[in-house]
Amino acid sequence: MSELHDKVLSQLQNQFPEAVTFSGDERDFPVFHIEKKNLLEVLKFLKSEMGFQFLTTMCGIHYPDQGENEFVLMYQLHCLPTNERIRLKCMMSKAHLDVPSCTSIFPTANWMEREAFDFYGFRFTGHPDLRRILNMDEMNYHPMRKEYALEDAGRDDKEDKYFGR
Amino acid sequence: MSIEKNNLSNLMEKDYTTLNLGPTHPATHGIFQNVLTMDGEIIVKAVPTIGYIHRAFEKLAERRTYSQVTPITDRLNYCSSPINNMGWHMTVEKLIQCDIPKRAEYMRVIIMELSRIADHIVCDTVIAVDTGAMTGFLYLFQWREKIYEIFEEICGARLTTNIGRIGGMERDFPEVAWKKINAFLEEFPAALREFDKLVTRNRIFMDRTVNCGPISGERALEYGFTGPNLRAAGVDYDVRVMNPYSSYQDFDFKIPVGTQGDTFDRYMVRMQEMWESLSIVRQACDKMPKGDFHAEVPDFYLPEKQDVYSKMEALIYHFKIVMGETEIPTGEIYHSVEGGNGELGFYLISDGGRTPYRLHFRRPCYIYYQAYSEMIEGGMLSDAILTMSSMNVIAGELDA
Repeated sequence: MSELHDKVLSQLQNQFPEAVTFSGDERDFPVFHIEKKNLLEVLKFLKSEMGFQFLTTMCGIHYPDQGENEFVLMYQLHCLPTNERIRLKCMMSKAHLDVPSCTSIFPTANWMEREAFDFYGFRFTGHPDLRRILNMDEMNYHPMRKEYALEDAGRDDKEDKYFGR
Repeated sequence: MSIEKNNLSNLMEKDYTTLNLGPTHPATHGIFQNVLTMDGEIIVKAVPTIGYIHRAFEKLAERRTYSQVTPITDRLNYCSSPINNMGWHMTVEKLIQCDIPKRAEYMRVIIMELSRIADHIVCDTVIAVDTGAMTGFLYLFQWREKIYEIFEEICGARLTTNIGRIGGMERDFPEVAWKKINAFLEEFPAALREFDKLVTRNRIFMDRTVNCGPISGERALEYGFTGPNLRAAGVDYDVRVMNPYSSYQDFDFKIPVGTQGDTFDRYMVRMQEMWESLSIVRQACDKMPKGDFHAEVPDFYLPEKQDVYSKMEALIYHFKIVMGETEIPTGEIYHSVEGGNGELGFYLISDGGRTPYRLHFRRPCYIYYQAYSEMIEGGMLSDAILTMSSMNVIAGELDA
């Protein structure tokens, strides 16, 4: 495990004993899985106490086969003075897509959260203006979910099975 | 009686005008809509609407093989598409852990810095146009044309370049491309100096741009600014220096920073960056190492066409790459490059399939454009136009 991983993990475990459900080093930087109920205070702590003041990006991910962890929100934080980056993930099931909004901590999360709402249907509680952002307002589904195939469902010439995988 | 009542209500509430700026307004250089609440010529409130040219790139990428994603990245920031292409190639190279020969990296640096110059030419000259100085625009825009001619010699395309390959470059620079690069290095400084002399210290230009749409360094960081806009606010964050990629650590260059974060500073930072980019291109040309222009990764790098027609092995690799049949490692990768207007990041999740499982673009425009309404509120309408062009918001990248 990297030094950064151990440092952040020990701080987080000290502060929020039950918040981190999984941690490890990805190929580029450390990843921490955070309980949803602790998400907001963990982000606040990381920003004010540990210097991760820059929210680089944030997006939703959909794993239809993962049951309780079907929907994932990914946050990527950057500590500019020391050039350290970490990634946080927050898992949730389709029935519980409400997440506390972190716009009060990172103003830049405003449009990122609107994008995640637009494409995946996360409902950010406390968001100042949660509307669709890139798609039209009349749209009644969240298009980046995996159940919406990009191409015509009747088309089967592009299946992996034809290529040995 | 009724007259008195009217007077009273006039005093109580001000009469605001609602002005619909855009979606297709010639002054906004792209498809942006802002519903402005105006008090005379002062903007009280601005509500931006985006998404008019949303093309669902992230969704499209989930049905395309890795090499087929490159043309999508062209259409993000189309003013500097080679940087986007290189960023994507490097992301995949990071995933498959392949080392690129020095020569290919230096070639990439030349291409990326030339496209940065092209990007900044567009932005800076358009700032000048929006203040009424058409001449500078016409003078400098022909040099963007020359850069496109260089790209044309290298890859055959001009605007949406699809340049380079996963694993290196598609071919070595031809002789004529070198000739054009050298001619550019020789002649562009004079043109840039002329533009500088014409515009930068011009009284009208300075009156219009100094203190127009300012943002403080702290606020810019909170809003996730990157690139020249952040540096104009005084924060020296540059991906090329912070996390060097493609051998940027071999080159000697400065990061220009501003102090006010206003339109003039954004303009000046870009002007200085053009000089730095020129110097990087010059260094890369001088130090250009000998060697191969692509890595030995036959699983990912398309073989030469003549080999495909004559050699069995090349034909097999060609087929596998084009059909997306190559084994790709699983994992999550984030890679960012310093794009024309900020940190362009690629967040890629691979599950080993023929296409990315999830690909998220960190588009700098999208993230900093949300500060736009805050930056123009309380200012004049004409300053709002200027602020937008100085932020270099590119519709293609904004809406992805």
